[in-house]
Amino acid sequence: MAERRKRKLHAPASEREREEPPEKLSAWPREGRFGPFGGRYVPEILMPALKELEAAYEELRENPKFRREVREYFSDYGGRPTPLYCARRLTAWAGGARIYLKREDLLHTGAHKFNNAIGQALLAKHMGKRRLIAETGAGQHGVATAMAGAVLGLATEIYMGALDMERQRMNVYRMELLGAQVHPVETGTATLKDAINEALRDWATNVRSTHYVIGSVVGPHPYPRIVRDFQRVIGDEIKGQILRKERRLPDLVVACVGGGSNAIGTFYPFVDDEDVRLLGVEAGGSSQGNAASIVHGRVGVLHGAKTYLLQDEWGQVRETHSISAGLDYPAVGPEHALYHHVQRAEYTAVTDEQAVEAFHRLCELEGIVPALEPAHALYAAIERARELGKNGLVVVTLSGRGDKDLEVVLRHGKG
Amino acid sequence: MERDKGQGTWRTRRIERTFRELRARGEGALLGYVMVGDPTPSRCLEYARALLRGGVDLLELGIPFSDPIADGPVLQQAGARALRAGTTPEHAFEVLAALRRDPDGREIPLVVMTYYNPILAMGERTFCRRLAEGEADGLIVPDLPPEEAQPLREQAERYLLDLIFLATPETGEERLQALAEHTRGFLYVVPRYGVTGSPTEVDERRRRFIRRVRARLPAELPLAVGFGISTPAQVEAVLRAGADGAVVGSAFVERIAQGTPPEELREMAARLKAATRRASTLPKSS
Repeated sequence: MAERRKRKLHAPASEREREEPPEKLSAWPREGRFGPFGGRYVPEILMPALKELEAAYEELRENPKFRREVREYFSDYGGRPTPLYCARRLTAWAGGARIYLKREDLLHTGAHKFNNAIGQALLAKHMGKRRLIAETGAGQHGVATAMAGAVLGLATEIYMGALDMERQRMNVYRMELLGAQVHPVETGTATLKDAINEALRDWATNVRSTHYVIGSVVGPHPYPRIVRDFQRVIGDEIKGQILRKERRLPDLVVACVGGGSNAIGTFYPFVDDEDVRLLGVEAGGSSQGNAASIVHGRVGVLHGAKTYLLQDEWGQVRETHSISAGLDYPAVGPEHALYHHVQRAEYTAVTDEQAVEAFHRLCELEGIVPALEPAHALYAAIERARELGKNGLVVVTLSGRGDKDLEVVLRHGKG
Repeated sequence: MERDKGQGTWRTRRIERTFRELRARGEGALLGYVMVGDPTPSRCLEYARALLRGGVDLLELGIPFSDPIADGPVLQQAGARALRAGTTPEHAFEVLAALRRDPDGREIPLVVMTYYNPILAMGERTFCRRLAEGEADGLIVPDLPPEEAQPLREQAERYLLDLIFLATPETGEERLQALAEHTRGFLYVVPRYGVTGSPTEVDERRRRFIRRVRARLPAELPLAVGFGISTPAQVEAVLRAGADGAVVGSAFVERIAQGTPPEELREMAARLKAATRRASTLPKSS
């Protein structure tokens, strides 16, 4: 046994760590990692599939035909580019920097989740997969995946926490209308993390026929990278639009962070522009708890990646709480973990109460009903706009619209 | 005897020895599993002892984790029960120590199975040290493929713990060889897709898979086949196909969930153990 050539599966960790870090933050990931974060902590059965996915993606992302196809679905089917809107009344009310809203809420299916779902579904189709599975928290990613499955003719099944199904009944109905089968997940905390567990178990069972459309920049490599690449269109558009409107880059870019896909999509094109500050807003919840993994968590491993994680002293993942199902996740994408680690982006937490307050302000002042997730970002953006003063320029990504949240806000009472 | 560099003591690799001795007797190994803390820490110990008395050759002790992505409903629920009962890795160390004091458990290989995050939370070095102090012999971490295992492997080696990897039907030729080189003690062979628990029919396709893995790997590396094995007939079938051992997990845990008395679990283990002797009436192909 000792005589045979030693087959290396990878460079040993010690060698990897000695490697020079990429000069630019945008050059990550390398070898499946974002600095010390990310990786591929999954059962053996999934390893070949992840490598196959990585190889297929590396090939397709350079393929002009595939790129054209994605662009066409983005524009003709999805409605891209989405507008960058100068919120004049909100700006005047806040009394500080000028606030722009990136209107992902106007995208087909009503949230930024569209970008990644259609992108991955096209990828799956090119790989010859016949079936899509996905997890969903608030239901937006489930709806987007159901839509992609319908338009591309792929069978679609969605895992959703039983508690979330209750909170987001209309989205369950929408998914079913789009032809998807929705499986309630009763295990654990019956929310997003458990839906991901169940989707991973399904994938381990049906990995040959099925592509798992992960909905955020989480999970094992290459998912955080693939999802980022499909979501970066948000930041790329912002950059072009703000340069045309203001002839300069913004001082501050703000987005909400659950897993962190709309935030990475927003931040990534700016990450090498050192004068642009990046602010990620996590769910500070209430006295019942929170879902702010970076602000309150410790480094751990969940769903295939090393990242910041809400956990107890024994490494058991904590129950989270947020008024917005979409932020109710105990971990965060590994690229955010890196941005936090090297202090390229700042992360803060906004409470349920504050998010609902910002929700009402946007409704009243701008006639826009935002989802509760970006309402968190909005609250922090208003505060920072005041600090920045009149000459400042702030862009907030309005990642989705709030129709799905009306019941929750009604029950919560007037903010 | 080998030197445990962490503790500075001399120890035998019990897993290697057990497979070698069984093979010399022409017998297969029965590997049993219980979840530490299920249904409570003290009851769990009674069940572990029952399995030892029933004749299991190696005992796996699961440490519960909140998000067990490789497990089916039976082990998920067992983990949830154990966590509700307040189980922590400390209880696993206590169970290890208690089993080592037990005459039936003195020399049996004990292997801990848990996910990576509880290990990370304690620190890889501390976790391995505590296992070594409890005289554990090995460690299975289902969400830690060899690519990510280097830091844990270093500590496991230092404390003379065998870090055991898994192979599956998705594993290609090149990767199978690499897994065989990385694994210590034995290779855990899963003959089907999916998670633990749901029944595995040991049909011709799966027997062919086991035979293929056996044929491609060095004869001295023991193979234990698991996931969905619950009956003496299945145990006999996987051993006849070339495996050195069969792992029975969810089937025991399901009985524990039903409140089956420990004595019945002992009898069940004894019936499964008898199958490992039947399988060996044929001379082992080399």
